[in-house]
Amino acid sequence: MPRHVLIALAAALPCLVPALLAAQNAGQNSGPARLDSPFRPPINFTDETAAPPIPADVTDDRRVARNYPEQPPVIPHNVRDYQISLNNNQCLTCHSRQYTGASQAPMISITHYVNRDGQTLGAVSPRRYFCMQCHVPQTVAQPIVTNTFKDVDSLISRPSGGPSDGGDRR
Amino acid sequence: MRWSIPEFLLRPWRTIAGPSRYLSLGFLTLGGFVAGVMFWGGFNTVLEATNTEKFCTGCHEMRDNVYEELKTTIHFTNRSGVRATCPDCHVPHNWTDKIARKMQASKEVWGKIFGTIDTRDKFVAMRRELAEHEWARLKANNSLECRNCHSAESMDITKQGARAARIHQQFLFTGQRTCIDCHKGIAHRLPDMNGVPPGWSEAANETDEPVRRWLAETPTGTANPHGSP
Repeated sequence: MPRHVLIALAAALPCLVPALLAAQNAGQNSGPARLDSPFRPPINFTDETAAPPIPADVTDDRRVARNYPEQPPVIPHNVRDYQISLNNNQCLTCHSRQYTGASQAPMISITHYVNRDGQTLGAVSPRRYFCMQCHVPQTVAQPIVTNTFKDVDSLISRPSGGPSDGGDRR
Repeated sequence: MRWSIPEFLLRPWRTIAGPSRYLSLGFLTLGGFVAGVMFWGGFNTVLEATNTEKFCTGCHEMRDNVYEELKTTIHFTNRSGVRATCPDCHVPHNWTDKIARKMQASKEVWGKIFGTIDTRDKFVAMRRELAEHEWARLKANNSLECRNCHSAESMDITKQGARAARIHQQFLFTGQRTCIDCHKGIAHRLPDMNGVPPGWSEAANETDEPVRRWLAETPTGTANPHGSP
């Protein structure tokens, strides 16, 4: 084969690869790929898939039980455009101690007044200032993978033995 | 000593007060009418042209600071696509109030010429003062610009969250508070809020408020123990 034909083939190779990949997967993709499926087929970088719809916020103002005692409570209300900055912390205009009487919002816990040296301060400790690092709003999105988490009460109240027993001694 | 009107004032007065020497009455009345229409049309056109978002954001002070902040908020982008432009909130819609505000705005032209907030640092340093002007204006006119779109009569509190419904019933419908008391910073970033309590907070200090409301609702004969039956 002449040398210039080889060079031309080598130059065209990057353009050919996506076409080859597309041709390869053409038969496998029966129906549109679902992004929210955990078993979605591999998607070519040339493909454009539709983004899944953004789920709605849960804003029903009902407190959600914690899954474990140390869990930061989740936010059951709308927090769009809430400003948490050097100038202002909008969460604290309801949840700080002095305003809970009028707002009837749950007060931030006393742990938020303790700095990292264990000293209790008169106001919110700087390390606790950015509320949404821990407390987050929820959406109605369904979990892609089923969660098998059991809370501590359901483990304590089991009749006897642990998971290794397998129920044999009963 | 006798005061006389100086000659340079007297001569124009004689010209105005005297009858027309060369121009016909028809030309003067019709011409005056046409000129009046043109003047008023031009005045109104300029007034409306300065009452647009495009005009406001023509200066970098507005475009780079407050307009950028507005873009993320619900008054710029939302599900129904209805949005508020700068003059919807910052210029009264009534003619008299609008002219008064426009005359006040000559201060803003002064600020533009002398570069009062021509850098980001200057703007941030003045933000509290500028915000307080707007809070005071909206407080004084009972949040008129909010109420041009949001009316308490059309507000269906059953569609609101439980918190919002309770607070609106307690403060808005009773007239104790106006929109801006609680809804500060809904369209722009807030300044340093030290010493600015949230709108619902002062009511918490009035511990006798529920008692007074109960007294107001109870018929006077039973609520007054000292009065004779």
